[in-house]
Amino acid sequence: MKLFPHPVLRLLVLLGVVVTAAAGCENRTVDDGTGDIRVGLYASLTGDGASFGQSSLEGAQLAVEEINNAGGVLGGRSIQLLVEDNQSRPEEASNAVTKLITQDRVVALIGEVASRRTLAAAPVAQRYQVPMITPASTNERVTELGDYIFRICFIDPFQGEVLAKFAYNDLGARRAAVLRDIQQDYSVGLTESIVRNFTALGGQVSDPISYSSGDPDFRAVLTQIRAQNPDVIFATGYYTEAAVIVRQARELGMEMPILGGDGWVGDALANGREALRNTFISNHYSGDNPDPVVQNFVASYRQRFGREPDSIAALSYDAVKVLVDAFERAGSTNGPAVRDALATSSVAGVTGQLTMDANRNVSKPAVIQEVTWENGAVRFVYRTTIDPD
Amino acid sequence: METLLQQIINGLSLGAIYALIALGYTMVYGVLRLINFAHGDVYMLGAFSGYYLAHALGLDGNPSVPGAIVVTIGAMAICAVVGMLIERFAYKPVRHHPRLTALITAIGVSLLLEYGGQVVFGATPRFFPQMIESRTYALGGVQITNQNLLIILVAVVVMFGLEFIVHRTRIGKAMRATSYNLQVAKLMGINTDRVIAFTFALGSALAAAGGVLVALAIPRIDPLMGLMTGLKAFVAAVLGGIGSIPGAMVGGVLIGLMETGLSATAYSTYRDAVAFGVLILILVVRPAGIFGSTAVEKV
Repeated sequence: MKLFPHPVLRLLVLLGVVVTAAAGCENRTVDDGTGDIRVGLYASLTGDGASFGQSSLEGAQLAVEEINNAGGVLGGRSIQLLVEDNQSRPEEASNAVTKLITQDRVVALIGEVASRRTLAAAPVAQRYQVPMITPASTNERVTELGDYIFRICFIDPFQGEVLAKFAYNDLGARRAAVLRDIQQDYSVGLTESIVRNFTALGGQVSDPISYSSGDPDFRAVLTQIRAQNPDVIFATGYYTEAAVIVRQARELGMEMPILGGDGWVGDALANGREALRNTFISNHYSGDNPDPVVQNFVASYRQRFGREPDSIAALSYDAVKVLVDAFERAGSTNGPAVRDALATSSVAGVTGQLTMDANRNVSKPAVIQEVTWENGAVRFVYRTTIDPD
Repeated sequence: METLLQQIINGLSLGAIYALIALGYTMVYGVLRLINFAHGDVYMLGAFSGYYLAHALGLDGNPSVPGAIVVTIGAMAICAVVGMLIERFAYKPVRHHPRLTALITAIGVSLLLEYGGQVVFGATPRFFPQMIESRTYALGGVQITNQNLLIILVAVVVMFGLEFIVHRTRIGKAMRATSYNLQVAKLMGINTDRVIAFTFALGSALAAAGGVLVALAIPRIDPLMGLMTGLKAFVAAVLGGIGSIPGAMVGGVLIGLMETGLSATAYSTYRDAVAFGVLILILVVRPAGIFGSTAVEKV
């Protein structure tokens, strides 16, 4: 089917697109130093990753409100958070960022959680020289896309190492199976790191078994895993599928520990219900940490939103704090100046000390949490902290 | 061996789901010669009706078998009405147009339900409440849950029930007559409009029952859930011979087994391709399907 059948019409449409795009570039004016500071947040507020989007929005909102109530930044200017939903789709993520930059004229961006969507959107921010901080995209490649892309969470090579070490040392596992979501860069990267680290420790890992986001039924692949009788299973995808995987594994009589990454943190994990036993995840922070910084954050979040903050909310909160710190040190919201300030960030956040390294990543410890089902709710119980080497 | 048996059970469970939906496709096709592409989306509506009913009745985290039955019947009633409305407002106006017009209308209705569903229900997947206590039965090393057992059972009962309705009842005779020749059936005093409406109501109610049952076993529901499952069920109906009731059953089970078989290999990500590969093959080799025949049926 041809959308624009006539060649002249097609040319006109093409011309229109080019002109609009070019206008977008030219119209980008520098912040004039007065009024609210416009910060963009793009998030998966609907779709598969809605829980990620909601948490990152709430975390950022809380930080923005705290900053504005405390007198704002750069001599009393308030932060205005402009939010775009990307429907959990990578192509919409890059559209959202284009809109935030060209139409809403934001001076900096917060987002995304899922690495795949950050990877899709980051080149746009880089092209327009708008600094972007991803709160929770752990895939290694994210910050390699350009010098305007920063992150404040650990990266998957480290997360994989943590999970492999915990499985090998603490759980005593020697043989492992891995399930990965082939559509998610996060899951693929994490799987690769787990396999490498678990093998290096002396364990055996069978070939990773792949599925696609949105698959409803895992019985067939789980039955194959059952035949190999591994000591542990790593399920490296996101929470929606993780819940079904855990549940169906238990239905098939598989009681071995199942381990996941920070991608398990989401409301729909609760669907795993009683099957959520003997399950562990690596995470960015633990809400039961007695540190007053953490407890203050947990208390104000609970008061503002009426629920417990998850690690995504905490990271998003930290991302705004890091950004505002950079505004202050740069003395302006000018893209290159903020970028330079971000590169030398060192902020004490809720999720730990956030010190930017030369690759625009931070080096932080990870926590291992046990996932349990108690009184009709999921609980993440702190087990141990594993520091980077 | 244990693994093989387990995979066969997995395949049967999955196949029964396709069969249940394929039965609806086949019935509408049998009467109207129309492939009702919206059927998979009525299945989705059934699951969502069940979701809201179950929440309204407070069945979330509070399993009860009578409650589950009420929810299923409620969802079936809602979808029966929706099915009749779709027929009345989308298909009836184009009934005397070329068949392609109706087919395109069906695709339109399907898209309307899918994306309308995203507006009304939201695109975020929801989790169907556990209305019946989940139990796993183990036989040797082979495990099956009570929900999957229920789906297989219901699919078989529905198949025999439909066979009975179509071949042994008055309305079934009217359906067959309408299928054979709409104009002549009318001349013989059959109220064909009512027969067609009944067919849609029955087919849609079955889709709703399927939606609720499947959501019990695989609790993730979203507005696009009927798209892929519906297409695979359609392939199942074609494989079995579209218009044939036992064919839909056999086709569904075969697709389920093949898909599970492929998922068990290193090519698990190609599982969705199986059904469509089968569709191409069957259209080339035996377009009438396994049970289909080109012979004229005597009414």
